[in-house]
Amino acid sequence: MNKNLSRLAVIAAALLFAGCSSTGTRKESAAVVVSDKGDVQIVKGSGAQTAGAAREGTWQGKPLDDPSSPLSRRKVYFNFDESTIKPGYVDLLRAHAEYLSSHPLIKVTIEGHGDERGSREYNIGLGERRANTVKRFLEAEGVDPAQLNTISYGEESPDILGHNEAAWSKNRRAVLVY
Amino acid sequence: MRHLKLMILSLVTVLGNLSTHALEIEITEGVEGALPIAIVPFAYRGAGNPPAQDVAAVVTADLARSGRFKPLPLADMLARPSTTDAVDFRDWRAVSVENLVIGEIEPNGPLGYLVKFRLFDVFRGGQITGFSFPTTQNDLRSTAHHIADLIYEELIGERGAFDTRIAYITSVRDRQGHDRMHLKVADADGDNPQTIVASDEPLMSPAWSPDGKRIAYVSFEKHQPSIWVQDVFTGKRERITSYRGINGAPAWSPDGRRLALTLSKDGNPDIYIFDLRRRSLRKLTRHWAIDTEPAWSPDGKSIVFTSDRGGTPQIYRVPVSGGEPERITFEGNYNARASWAADGRYLTLVTRVNGNFRIGLLDMENGNLQVLSQGDLDESPSFAPNGSMIIYAGRDDGRDVLWAVSTDGRVRQRLATQVGDVREPTWSPYHQQRRGSDR
Repeated sequence: MNKNLSRLAVIAAALLFAGCSSTGTRKESAAVVVSDKGDVQIVKGSGAQTAGAAREGTWQGKPLDDPSSPLSRRKVYFNFDESTIKPGYVDLLRAHAEYLSSHPLIKVTIEGHGDERGSREYNIGLGERRANTVKRFLEAEGVDPAQLNTISYGEESPDILGHNEAAWSKNRRAVLVY
Repeated sequence: MRHLKLMILSLVTVLGNLSTHALEIEITEGVEGALPIAIVPFAYRGAGNPPAQDVAAVVTADLARSGRFKPLPLADMLARPSTTDAVDFRDWRAVSVENLVIGEIEPNGPLGYLVKFRLFDVFRGGQITGFSFPTTQNDLRSTAHHIADLIYEELIGERGAFDTRIAYITSVRDRQGHDRMHLKVADADGDNPQTIVASDEPLMSPAWSPDGKRIAYVSFEKHQPSIWVQDVFTGKRERITSYRGINGAPAWSPDGRRLALTLSKDGNPDIYIFDLRRRSLRKLTRHWAIDTEPAWSPDGKSIVFTSDRGGTPQIYRVPVSGGEPERITFEGNYNARASWAADGRYLTLVTRVNGNFRIGLLDMENGNLQVLSQGDLDESPSFAPNGSMIIYAGRDDGRDVLWAVSTDGRVRQRLATQVGDVREPTWSPYHQQRRGSDR
């Protein structure tokens, strides 16, 4: 925890110095935490500008491709038989919502997926429910519905091949495809 | 590997001995009541080599798989007659066989054969029936299945379903992680597989038309699920629906004129009826829940479907003309993907038992639900046209493979090995009436 906090402080400081990216349009201030595993999450209220900044503050490409931006995280995972968005993904989705709101010409397809358990067409229905939950979340955050498309692949396109909870938990997902 | 071998063999028009990949027959509850029968290897009457295809072996495997017969092992046969004169019924009474099948294969023109068989009642000591069929090298297996059908019909008193086909989906993941999907058609025993659709995007939910000439399916090509109807023999196909959202779960009406299907174009999945001639669409269910997996009753009057409107997926029935759906499954917290037996009394479905997904048989007259399989991820059950067996997909050694179980649950069998994962088997209707001459 202490390690995370100190890491957060370092990154927040780095972002303050690097935070003058030309593509930076974020309205809400936030800091990006990059864990040792490379996971990214946004911590609100840190007063830092984030968009377009790489870890070393040298990112020159599009914000969507910036590995240190929350926008580079495109997958949201779900519990078994559920389509509710877990609290841990709220900030990630907000970052996408803000990006889409500020780029009204950009469209995204939200793919809904499920694990292999149960019947296939029913899982198509569950996958659509997950995609729609994400879509409604983004709409509630101000994204124009015309920018959002959904498709459900059910259990037909697993991320991880495997017949255990480790694989299933990675396959129950919604994916933002720009 | 076997596919490659098969292709090469077909190219040189020598059909390989497909019985080399012996089908494993698993007797799950013993075969009390199964009829003891002996099928003697058929004799070849021509010059040169006999056909590589062992007709009697195919007949034997078919009859054993049904669970209604107990074929005598070759090693236990005291004699191997191929003509009536050579049959000594004492040889067969001695090993308690009630029925005996013998046969001969003769050359019949270039690449042609005449296959003759006779079925005897051992205890009465006389012939029950006998037929001869002109056939070809490529059709020998099919002829063997037809012979099994005739024996089945004669001794069991209901039509056989061995000379039928199955359709199913295979998926093979390459090293780059891309899945290559195939929609295949094969003989009912899993042999002779042929690809009719190949795609890099998911293929789903194949469904035979009642005349066995077309297959409806779902394809995600171009990243958009669409329902297609394809002619099995010509490969010609037509797109039926491609609405926004789900286009899934096509099911034929018994008259072949309509498809029940699932669309979510209005916001959530509901069941619709699509008229293939008028190309018109009618919404059958209206509910915020997931309504999907429709299946048409054999009398054409009602449709069962999966819905989670009650909180968990269960099976509901609704008149085709419309009305309030009525729940028909009450056991357990997961019942889905039902399909009808031809008698209209039984449904087969996926049911969750202690966390395992298994194949169930629901008797709609008394609501009794019997579990027929023992896997943990069994799915996509489909009745043989005579209702005697159910084919389904389930795991084995970490792969999805096809299984067939007799409807009484007594005999379960893994079908011929395939490459990759095999899923969503669906049994064809009966073959059109075949010709054969009485002897």
